[in-house]
Amino acid sequence: MEKGKGLARRWAVELHDASSSSASPAVPDPPGFTRSAPDADDAAGARQRKDSETAWKAQKAWEVAQAPFKNLMMMGFMMWMAGSTVHLFSIGITFSALWQPISALRSVGKVFEPFKDPRVDTIAPKLLFIALNLAAMGLGVWKLNTLGLLPTNPSDWVSSLAPAREVEYAGGGIPLI
Amino acid sequence: MAAPPRRPLLILLAGLFVVASLATLAEAIYEDQVGLADWHQKYIGKVKKAVYHSQKSGRRRVVVLTEENVISSLDLRSGDIFWRHVIDKNDPLDQLSLSLGKYVLTLSSGGTILRAWNLPDGQMIWETNLQTSTASNPQLHVMSNNKVAKDNLVLVSAGRWIYAVSSIDGSISWEKEFSLDGLEIKQVLQSPENGIVYAVGIAGSSKLALYHLSAKTGEVLKDIQESLPGELSGEIVLGSDNVLVALNKARSSLFLIEFNSGRISYNKVHVSDLVQDLSETFKLQSLSNGVIALRTPSTVSLLELKDTDGLEVVQRFDQPAALSDALTIAEKDEAFAVVQHVGSQIEFIVKFTSDASGKIIREKVNIDQHRGNVEKVFLNSYIRTDKSHGFRALVVMEDHSLLLIQQGEVVWSREDGLASIVDVTTSELPVEKDGVSVADVEHNLFEWLKGHMLKLKGTLMLANADEVAAIQALRLKSSEKNKMTRDHNGFRKLLIVLTKAGKVIALHTGDGRIIWSNLLPSLRASRFGVMPSALRIYQWQVPHHSVMRENPSVLVVGKSGAESSAPGVFSILDSYSGEELNAMKLDHSVVQIIPLTLKDLSEQRLHLIVDSNSNAHLYPKSPDALDVFLHEMPNLYFYSVDILTNVIRGYSLQKSCDTEGDEYCFRTKELWSIIFPSDSERIAISETRKMNEVVHTQAKTIGDHDVMYKYLSKNIVFVATVSPKAAGDIGSALPEEASLVVYLIDAVTGRILHRVTHHGAQGPVHAVLSENWVVYHYFNLRAHRFEMAVIEIYDQSRADNKDVMKLILGKHNLSAPITSYARPEVVVKSQSYFFTHSVKAMAVTQTAKGITSKQLLIGTISDQVLALDKRYLDPRRSANPTQQEKEEGIIPLTDSLPIIPQSFVTHSHQVEALRGIVSIPAKLESTTLVFTYGVDLFYTQLAPSRTYDSLTDEFSYALLLITIAVLVAAIIVTWIWSEKKELRDKWR
Repeated sequence: MEKGKGLARRWAVELHDASSSSASPAVPDPPGFTRSAPDADDAAGARQRKDSETAWKAQKAWEVAQAPFKNLMMMGFMMWMAGSTVHLFSIGITFSALWQPISALRSVGKVFEPFKDPRVDTIAPKLLFIALNLAAMGLGVWKLNTLGLLPTNPSDWVSSLAPAREVEYAGGGIPLI
Repeated sequence: MAAPPRRPLLILLAGLFVVASLATLAEAIYEDQVGLADWHQKYIGKVKKAVYHSQKSGRRRVVVLTEENVISSLDLRSGDIFWRHVIDKNDPLDQLSLSLGKYVLTLSSGGTILRAWNLPDGQMIWETNLQTSTASNPQLHVMSNNKVAKDNLVLVSAGRWIYAVSSIDGSISWEKEFSLDGLEIKQVLQSPENGIVYAVGIAGSSKLALYHLSAKTGEVLKDIQESLPGELSGEIVLGSDNVLVALNKARSSLFLIEFNSGRISYNKVHVSDLVQDLSETFKLQSLSNGVIALRTPSTVSLLELKDTDGLEVVQRFDQPAALSDALTIAEKDEAFAVVQHVGSQIEFIVKFTSDASGKIIREKVNIDQHRGNVEKVFLNSYIRTDKSHGFRALVVMEDHSLLLIQQGEVVWSREDGLASIVDVTTSELPVEKDGVSVADVEHNLFEWLKGHMLKLKGTLMLANADEVAAIQALRLKSSEKNKMTRDHNGFRKLLIVLTKAGKVIALHTGDGRIIWSNLLPSLRASRFGVMPSALRIYQWQVPHHSVMRENPSVLVVGKSGAESSAPGVFSILDSYSGEELNAMKLDHSVVQIIPLTLKDLSEQRLHLIVDSNSNAHLYPKSPDALDVFLHEMPNLYFYSVDILTNVIRGYSLQKSCDTEGDEYCFRTKELWSIIFPSDSERIAISETRKMNEVVHTQAKTIGDHDVMYKYLSKNIVFVATVSPKAAGDIGSALPEEASLVVYLIDAVTGRILHRVTHHGAQGPVHAVLSENWVVYHYFNLRAHRFEMAVIEIYDQSRADNKDVMKLILGKHNLSAPITSYARPEVVVKSQSYFFTHSVKAMAVTQTAKGITSKQLLIGTISDQVLALDKRYLDPRRSANPTQQEKEEGIIPLTDSLPIIPQSFVTHSHQVEALRGIVSIPAKLESTTLVFTYGVDLFYTQLAPSRTYDSLTDEFSYALLLITIAVLVAAIIVTWIWSEKKELRDKWR
């Protein structure tokens, strides 16, 4: 398919030159348009835009960092709905509750990639993100425990413990007549 | 507002839950599964009396009475049972007769119960209770061609009584009690002249009384008494029509007593004049027409009466022989049969009483296997096509088997020794040999596929009636289950049974056929009339590792006499062939047999035999066995529950007994004793855990993940005592007088771990002890119902092992060896429930690893086996279990145990006179093999928690294969489709 497409287009002409620098002065500016005004404003505007972008990035980073919280609430609700008996639904919920934070934690870097900026402090959101995911994972583990799937009780450790050997042996009974 | 309507909903839900839990517990089989894994065999026991149908009735049948208290009608052509009644042991059958050609009369309970059964179908016609003092030897005499009354009279004599009973409806026509003190009527005869009955009795030791009675009214017409010189032994037989032969007390001489009308004359003959070297015990047998027989265990002498002048020996058989009663042949002559053992054959001789020295028939009959001596013969004649008389005879052999001999051949044989099984053990079958030919496999594969295609048709409801029948037949005689090799699941085994006759028989669990049988010479009656008895059978050698090539063997322990001090008998048999490898006569008696858990180097199991002097003897007598034993001896104890003296004693073993220099003999020293107060308690039963029981875990997890540690000791003994007043039958004691005390005793130290008293309860007590619980069955006099109680024992000293970290790191004392001398702190939980049935036997299912939940196997009074889940007998049951407890599977408490008809493992069969239930673990953990024996045998496979570890036989492999094939085909087709579609898309 790719190949076919490549073959179909042998050549291409870019009709529009987007660069402002190549705008020829031969074409006069329309009346009432002063090029200088935006030009003069440019530096300040760019700085302003940069600032707002940074702020926006920081805000977004915080938002992303807080996203697991909503997830956490939803998970909690789902878990509450699933009940504490072991069946397909509750096991599914619990394992997704465990898997989601793990996969999120694995991709922490990727999640905060768009907000990478020397001026943006992503450490704090990252930490929040990790903390929230850990909390979600804790919730999952807690759920696993309430389902009785964690070996936290003595019964889990002794249930297959073979009987202890007896030292003495006594035989006998009612004598044969 | 919302709360009240919810309650009914909750109750409904709870109810549904209960129903659901019951549904999972009730484990039954479908109708078409009957006979797949189970088999049922019917027996009757050793025949002691037999009467044939008269020739005229045209039916070739014989009615027999057996020592197992069975009355049965057998087909003379095949030996099959037409009908059969097993009478209770409390009502022993003594006499059997036919009347009017259509009734079978039986006299039982020492001459007090007379019953008539319909000959063709065995229905009871009537029953008459006769008030007599129970006599040891009651007589039954059916009057022949009686013209006095319209109906035939039956005369019953017992002790001083004579009853005349109408054989039509069982009404008593007359009764007569003789006033003579101590009179015992020995013979009732019909006089040649009609209407007169002679009754001959002995009063005291030497007084002979003869009565002439009117057959119509029972009135005494004549009464003659005569004192004989010297005392009588009580053995008295009829010599001829008017001569009686009586034996004196010293068993040295015979009185020939002639009674003619109104006169008794007698003559004395010394036995030693007739038969020389007669040191053994002998018996007289009447053959009529002036011929009597004198039988000792090894010889038979035929004697002919010369009026009353004396006796003459006609013939003597020096081989052990049996004699039949005289049989009247049409021409007023009488015939009898002598069957004697000659080498491996038996000789069948028929003689006429008129010519006792001659013989009509002399045939030699080959017997297929070793069956011992001939014990009883029942002769019958038939008319051949050429109008001459032919003879056939039922022969009862020493091993209790029954043969029909006709025309020099054994027509059929029945292995009725299996009706009296004493003990059961099992053995594995040989391992399958390698090198099965390819052709064999291919053939099997084809058969296998064919079978599965048929099954598939059946599942898909495509099979027609013929195919359904073919499927059923295929399943029933699946060759797989009857193979003579070990199988992967451990379903195929040999059941090795020891019968009362001293015969060891191996049955295949697949179909119950006899693989081998061996009548042990050491357990056969000797020439001196001593009757050895078979006691127990144990596994002697079960090869595993080093001695894998050897065959396993079993040990049979017997006793060479009736008394407790009689020396013991050992016999070791090969489990695969039944060959006797070793037979030993022990020089000491056998009072207790203690199989130990120890093995010597050749994997022979060590056994301790305790004799009547309380010395213990070690077997096998090999040096390495002694080494192994001496190493363990300080930890070995034994206890003895003495019912007569009401004492339980515990002993330790000490080196070498003082009397002899036998190093395999050990002295015992009494360590402890528990003496029960005999005025208030009497030992009823004692029960221990099965030696081969496997317990998976020592912990019991309860609903809230908490742990309870079971008190698992093999040395725990359950003893139940009843108050002496209530030791009899139910109803013999008032509730206030009756009490049942239950003890749990440690057999090493004699410590009473638990004691509980049930007031107003009485026996019979049946108990089963397994793991850490005991279940027992008794009668509650106050509630007038049977009860079952459960006691569970938990070890409190381990209860604080609850720290998870310590458990993870292994810092706990749970696997430390336990000693009984450490004071156990036990906690006991118990509960009791009503149970509808009375019980004959109780057992518990045993599985290979002890993981599968347990079921109690209860042999009910109706001779069936009920599998009751142990969950019903859980002391933690409560009326309103919490959610957690419900999740754990605790059933809400009810006052009585449910009897679900589907949980009868014997389904439609009855194991008549059920005596024992044995559960044998299969290799497959979910399954246990259950063998039930009584007069009948029944075997089945049980899966108490269903077959969770294997696919059932019902599983349709063909359906699975077809499903897989269809799926694969679907994958291929869709792949092709998608390829094509893609190509089409590319061209677009």
